[in-house]
Amino acid sequence: MQHQTEEHWDLIISPKNRLLDLQLREVWRYRDLLLLFVKRDFVAQYKQTILGPLWHFINPIFTTLTYMLIFGNIAKLSTDGTPQLVFYMSGITIWNFFSQTLTSTGNTFIANAGIFGKVYFPRLISPLSTVASRMIQFGIQLLLLLSFVVYFKSSGLLPHMQWFNLIYLPAVALAMGGYGLGLGIIISAFTTKYRDLNVLVGFSVNLLMYATPVIYPLSAVPERYKPYLTWNPLSPLIELFRYMCTGTGTFSAGSLAYSAGMMALILFLGLLQFNRVEKTFMDTV
Amino acid sequence: MSTVIKVENVSKQYRLGKVGTGTISHDLNRWWHRLRGKEDPYLKIGETNDRTQKGSTDYVWALQDINFEIEQGTAVGIIGRNGAGKSTLLKILSRTTAPTTGSVKLKGRVASLLEVGTGFHPELSGRENIYLNGAILGMTRREITRKFDEIVDFAGVERYVDTPVKRYSSGMYVRLAFAVAAHLESEILIVDEVLAVGDAEFQKKCLGKMSDVSKGEGRTVLFVSHNLGAVKQLCNSGIVLKNGSITFEGDAENAINQYLSQNKVEGLSSKYEKTVLENKDIELIFAEIKDKDTNNRSEFDIMEDIYIELMLSCNKIITNLYGYIAIKNNQEELFIESDTYDIPPNTLENLHLGNNKFIVKINSNTLPIGEYNFYISFASTHSDSFLVDVPKEILSFKVFDNSTKRGMRRKAKSSSLLQWTPIYVE
Repeated sequence: MQHQTEEHWDLIISPKNRLLDLQLREVWRYRDLLLLFVKRDFVAQYKQTILGPLWHFINPIFTTLTYMLIFGNIAKLSTDGTPQLVFYMSGITIWNFFSQTLTSTGNTFIANAGIFGKVYFPRLISPLSTVASRMIQFGIQLLLLLSFVVYFKSSGLLPHMQWFNLIYLPAVALAMGGYGLGLGIIISAFTTKYRDLNVLVGFSVNLLMYATPVIYPLSAVPERYKPYLTWNPLSPLIELFRYMCTGTGTFSAGSLAYSAGMMALILFLGLLQFNRVEKTFMDTV
Repeated sequence: MSTVIKVENVSKQYRLGKVGTGTISHDLNRWWHRLRGKEDPYLKIGETNDRTQKGSTDYVWALQDINFEIEQGTAVGIIGRNGAGKSTLLKILSRTTAPTTGSVKLKGRVASLLEVGTGFHPELSGRENIYLNGAILGMTRREITRKFDEIVDFAGVERYVDTPVKRYSSGMYVRLAFAVAAHLESEILIVDEVLAVGDAEFQKKCLGKMSDVSKGEGRTVLFVSHNLGAVKQLCNSGIVLKNGSITFEGDAENAINQYLSQNKVEGLSSKYEKTVLENKDIELIFAEIKDKDTNNRSEFDIMEDIYIELMLSCNKIITNLYGYIAIKNNQEELFIESDTYDIPPNTLENLHLGNNKFIVKINSNTLPIGEYNFYISFASTHSDSFLVDVPKEILSFKVFDNSTKRGMRRKAKSSSLLQWTPIYVE
């Protein structure tokens, strides 16, 4: 007679993941890979360029100058009484962080189909490393922004700006990163089979910027439009970020709580969706 | 010995054709069934995966009810023709895709080498890529550092270790990539056809490394290859797949023999006659293997010329028509490959309407001892629409050696015989 014993298996490959089995322990085991992906993104991006990492500064500087000219001087939009340079640059820095995180994590499955098809590692490593790369880039651009803040503050042009408000910075960065990641992985999960969403995301992120107080302050929005803008959970975060840099911004504890709650919800839904498709996306991508 | 891999009732279904607007209706239907707690309606259909036959549904089973167990320390060769399901099986085992039904249970870490150099970044140096690739394959940074020198040494790229890999020769690139993978510390190693790269010396080194891994270190190796020689050398057991199912499981030698016998095309002979004409523009209606006295034969001595007589029916003049012939032995090794452009003028450009007869001669002392299949097809470089016959493998014959002293012991890949001419010196 065969002797039956309870056998221990290290790994069981089955058709589907359990709904909430995110395998975070495995993600942790592959943390070195995450770091190496981040390093690869940085090193590879500026190989064979003369200016190298200086390009991180050039993009926000020129965008800021363009916005100052068009929105500030031609369209004469309000900047809440703060210097245009700091106003636009703060908006651009935080918005770019969000939009670039969103678009590049949204591409996870399609861009990595080659690797994903040949070797297994926790798929979540890819979008997480993207977020980490973007966060470092955000940090570099933040240095540029803060150096302007220091300059304007010492010239007395930012009277309301308080240095200790900068303690909220990590929270804002995490929340924006969370939105970028959450929305990004939802998109990536849906685009493995149907690419339509990818096309939509390309221009809707641009349009979303105009529905968020990036190039104008919330305070300058006419009363009848304000309710719509406050439904946008990104608005309070942008306003808070600008408040830290310039000392003016419109937000409340309630709106921030709403924003954080929405972020958690989107991130949760994103992880759920990502977990559902990661096993078989290779068959449809 | 304990079982380290247990595959239970694994099946994998694929949907053929394009992913497009048609798929969403199936997706919605599937979702509607799931919502009501019913079974996926498309799992009930689907056909055996035979790529040569046109099926009636868009769903096929790339794998169907696969069951096997592998003990620790064995090297298992998985063989089968193209499309038999080998790669799908490896993909499931290496977790790049999930099975449609069934499960796989594994003990220990799995490293899969479905392709060498996965994730290599051309702009990064050899050193950086070793770390990156190692991490992708599941090594930690510390493990890679410990093995770094060994890897560089195995690949033989010391001088270039800080050069971007885009400057590497393709051989160096592949060597480095294999070296990283070969130094993985996993209990189970899955390898797919990677040995088809690199020069002969490096291939030998790879095989040696892999047999060290299985025999010396007691690790389990799963090896998929068309190179039956490598399978024979490396593996001690084998699994033969055909159309998504296992047809044989046992020791490597028998698996290879089973695969080879399965490979023989049924009813192939020294004579071919098309019984039902399809009225194509160009059609091969008759073919026969003959000796120099025009007798139909299927066995030839190496010293004999072999003649193949072809009768082509031409219903429409096609510009730039050419013919292609390939002669393979029963181990799928290609010995002769030739088209009608090889020896100008291309005689197929001057066909006349009606029947055209050709003789193709295979010179004596060309093919070694063995069994051969004769493959023929027609095509045109002309872009307009035309309909030509593609008969494929239609004839078979044997070559033996009864005329020399060495005779059937001759092992060479050609049957050229060399003359020793004495030169008289004072």
